[in-house]
Amino acid sequence: MKVLVAVKRVVDYNVKIRVNSNQTAVETANVKMSMNPFDEIAVEEGIRLKEAGTASELIAFSVGPKQSQETIRTALAMGADRGILVETDIIVEPLAVAKCLKAIVEKENPDLVIVGKQAIDDDSNQTGQMLAALLGWSQGTFASKLILSDGSIKVTREVDGGLETVDLKMPAVVTTDLRLNEPRYASLPNIMKAKKKTIDVTNPEELGIDISPRLTVLKVEEPAKRLAGVMVEDVVQLVDKLRNEAKVI
Amino acid sequence: MSVLVIAEHDNAELKPATLSTVAAAAQLGDVDILVAGENCNAVANTAAKIAGVGRVLKADALALKTGLAENVAPLIVQLSSGYSHILAPATTNGKNIMPRVAALLDVAQISEITSVVSADTFVRPIYAGNAMATVQSDDAIKIITVRTTGFDTAPAEGGSATLEDVSNITDAALSSFAGQELTVSERPELTSAKVVISGGRGMQSGENFPMLEKIADKLGAAVGASRAAVDAGFVPNDYQVGQTGKVVAPDLYIAVGISGAIQHLAGMKDSKVIVAINKDEEAPIFQVADYGLVADLFEAVPDLSAELNK
Repeated sequence: MKVLVAVKRVVDYNVKIRVNSNQTAVETANVKMSMNPFDEIAVEEGIRLKEAGTASELIAFSVGPKQSQETIRTALAMGADRGILVETDIIVEPLAVAKCLKAIVEKENPDLVIVGKQAIDDDSNQTGQMLAALLGWSQGTFASKLILSDGSIKVTREVDGGLETVDLKMPAVVTTDLRLNEPRYASLPNIMKAKKKTIDVTNPEELGIDISPRLTVLKVEEPAKRLAGVMVEDVVQLVDKLRNEAKVI
Repeated sequence: MSVLVIAEHDNAELKPATLSTVAAAAQLGDVDILVAGENCNAVANTAAKIAGVGRVLKADALALKTGLAENVAPLIVQLSSGYSHILAPATTNGKNIMPRVAALLDVAQISEITSVVSADTFVRPIYAGNAMATVQSDDAIKIITVRTTGFDTAPAEGGSATLEDVSNITDAALSSFAGQELTVSERPELTSAKVVISGGRGMQSGENFPMLEKIADKLGAAVGASRAAVDAGFVPNDYQVGQTGKVVAPDLYIAVGISGAIQHLAGMKDSKVIVAINKDEEAPIFQVADYGLVADLFEAVPDLSAELNK
């Protein structure tokens, strides 16, 4: 069984982001970039399926600028077998990513596609669901556990009230939530080995896909700043303030 | 313009998230509601009473009972003609179903809007709320999920919508519901709780979390944690508040022994009132706190517990 995972290059989750001076975007120049944390979980899950002998090949996919190769390389160092980059400098929306993924899925014929539930930059939470729709496949979103059996997959999903389990007919798209696994760090020998693995590079034009954005970003602003608070002397004063000033308890 | 709102319900009760979504929709045009489920008459009747709703479309079938996206999305697509906007609350249901609808219609989705600027322009948080983006959509039909904390709730009473049955419901036979394990905790869920008390690395051990639980029970609060506390193994991952965990915006957020890493602040800084208890007066959490207390949490938390009894 072949498994495809998608990874996105995003601003590292530890970076305090800044809006650029003309308020059109978040500053990404000279900022540390990393793999989207939810995608790390997707890669880890793919590797575990391989280690369990369920998956025979794990492909890491990305859409984005040339530097996204580094993100794919990270997935390869973790344990993916090869990479595919759909290279573009346009900021891609989830629908465009799903269309690129669909084109690659139709070439590679994986039985399972695993993607992060959302990217921590645009917070869209759409790509997996859109890909499943375009392929006419089943979807298991916000997964915290996967059990594969012949032709189907049992997905435990993190829903608002707790957990829900669905049975999906394969092929399927799964999106990862935090509890699915804890991603490994790539070891130095594996980082070295990953340098020899192949990354095929293509582009949306070659795939015949129109990735032009449907949304226009008119403005990006910092959210309203919080007013400076006060320090209280002790717990008695704190509870008094909460009861009588803030009136929240 | 007509707007279709997808009701959030469990076949027995209409969830309040629906009312916030109707409030957002009412800024855009005439509002209809789709109640898709099984044996969901009571929900449809409740929805018909919401002020300002014109029609309630009831789709009642076994295939819709558990809200499987593979079955609900085609139904919404089938009903979409004639609507300029389709809105669902940004619950796990809404987030599961709506992108599938958008892709089937070949349009973008605008996720988690917090305000409506005009019929085609909306504000939504990005980078876990560390920036707000104003986006304009050119698509003929706008597929939107609504962050319910951004809107008031529409009045639950006062309306008298007409009820219509929807037919032609099919089972895509791609997936099936296998069971659920809803959290039985007496405490509310993190993302919908009015009060949240969270512990960080300063808690030192998972064995100290019952201190917070005690206070949570007094305040009707949910218990959360920072990523540091989760990574240290004090509590399970689903406690995590932050950019890579849950984003919460309660009326009161109490951060105990949490230094205030950027990634944690991203998940809680929209809370109405923030309290920070930390022994390090330099901790960044104090910069976002409305009330800060520099104290050893192992003294302050039991004191707080006692004081709340008074």
